[in-house]
Amino acid sequence: MIPAPFDYHAPTTLSEAIALLQRHGDQAKVLSGGQSLLPLLKLRVGAAGHLVDIGRIPGLEYIKEEDGFLKIGGRTRESEVERSEIIKSKYPILHDTARVIADPLVRNRATIGGNLAHADPANDHPATMLALGAEVTATGAKGHRTIPIGQFFTGLFSTALAADEILTEIRVPIPPPRSGGAYVKLERKVGDFATAAAAAQITLGTNGEVERAGIGLTAAGPTPIKATEAERFLLKKKPDAAAIAEAARLAAAAAAPTADRRGSVQYKREMARVLTARALTKAIERAGGR
Amino acid sequence: MAMHTIRVTVNGTPYEKQVESRLLLVHFLRDQLRLTGTHIGCDTTHCGACTVIVDGEPVKSCTVLAVQADGSEVRTVEGLEQGGKLHPIQEGFWQEHGLQCGYCTPGMMMTGVALLGRNPNPSEPEIRQAISGNLCRCTGYVNIVKSIQYAAARLR
Repeated sequence: MIPAPFDYHAPTTLSEAIALLQRHGDQAKVLSGGQSLLPLLKLRVGAAGHLVDIGRIPGLEYIKEEDGFLKIGGRTRESEVERSEIIKSKYPILHDTARVIADPLVRNRATIGGNLAHADPANDHPATMLALGAEVTATGAKGHRTIPIGQFFTGLFSTALAADEILTEIRVPIPPPRSGGAYVKLERKVGDFATAAAAAQITLGTNGEVERAGIGLTAAGPTPIKATEAERFLLKKKPDAAAIAEAARLAAAAAAPTADRRGSVQYKREMARVLTARALTKAIERAGGR
Repeated sequence: MAMHTIRVTVNGTPYEKQVESRLLLVHFLRDQLRLTGTHIGCDTTHCGACTVIVDGEPVKSCTVLAVQADGSEVRTVEGLEQGGKLHPIQEGFWQEHGLQCGYCTPGMMMTGVALLGRNPNPSEPEIRQAISGNLCRCTGYVNIVKSIQYAAARLR
């Protein structure tokens, strides 16, 4: 399969890239790792007159803790996220997520910024970032602005990014002590999109009660779902089996999946419940809660 | 039609070629360089038959543009054998019966070579994880794992 013709640009600075995006407007698409965009262009489900490849702009690949945040460069490859020692040891939820995205070969090209900016509700990082309460940095002609992840996904394959903005950084607040997170995914086989998946990030208070809860669902609606009712329910509760079961029930109630070859609506909602319970259990364990 | 001049080193040989923006790396290798050892399988980023090594990392060349590889070093299955002597990974697939129809084999071998470059002594689960983006419909993977283990032993 061969994509329809397009023009290709390889800017070496962010300002050059933004100028290209401004010049070509809605004809332009940002090319990062290309592991979602190129298949869409090949299948001719999507079209672009101009691809602006950000792969030659230095300084967009990093993973570091700074100013109270874990900062990840937008063009950081999933394989780097997967292998990162700081992520393995301090952000297991991100390690859980990166290692189940597509397959190892795809992860060598795919980028974390692309996974978010593509805004496919079946992508894995959106749910995780919702659970973590992350924010993203959008860089455009007027400089940088910060978008809370809860306001980032505006619709199916749509984000709050303007046509001339590039997702340059993801910031995750460094979790306080007694925090833990997990991402649990059900897939038919390696490389498949999730049938259902759940992300949970929990902080426990010194008394063992839940101080902060973040829950995100993958492939559960037209956008990634933040299960706010389930999150609210857990606050100030002892995270025992009954509380986890009720939170999982509330999360599944927030899911609005569509039926496809991966399963019926009912099946997927039930899987959202089961996986939320598993993710919460693991997150609480990792937070030192049991 | 947007054309670009790219410089790519493939199996140690530098090339300078004109390519269309939309040309995929796998078509560049097969059609322009006539290196047809790299196979096109599913053409939808699933099967891994088209796996080549770009700057040390195994990638699916049906999902990379040739222009994106400008300035890169690419290794394909044709670069494995040196001076009439098979690469240990090729010897492994031969000795351990790591192939039947052979369609996935070039991709499997390139993924195997890249794995052994990063991890000279992989465990069986590590090998299985590494090749999880390469599909084989004949062998059931058992002999492919053995082939990579054979190569690992030979390379140590």
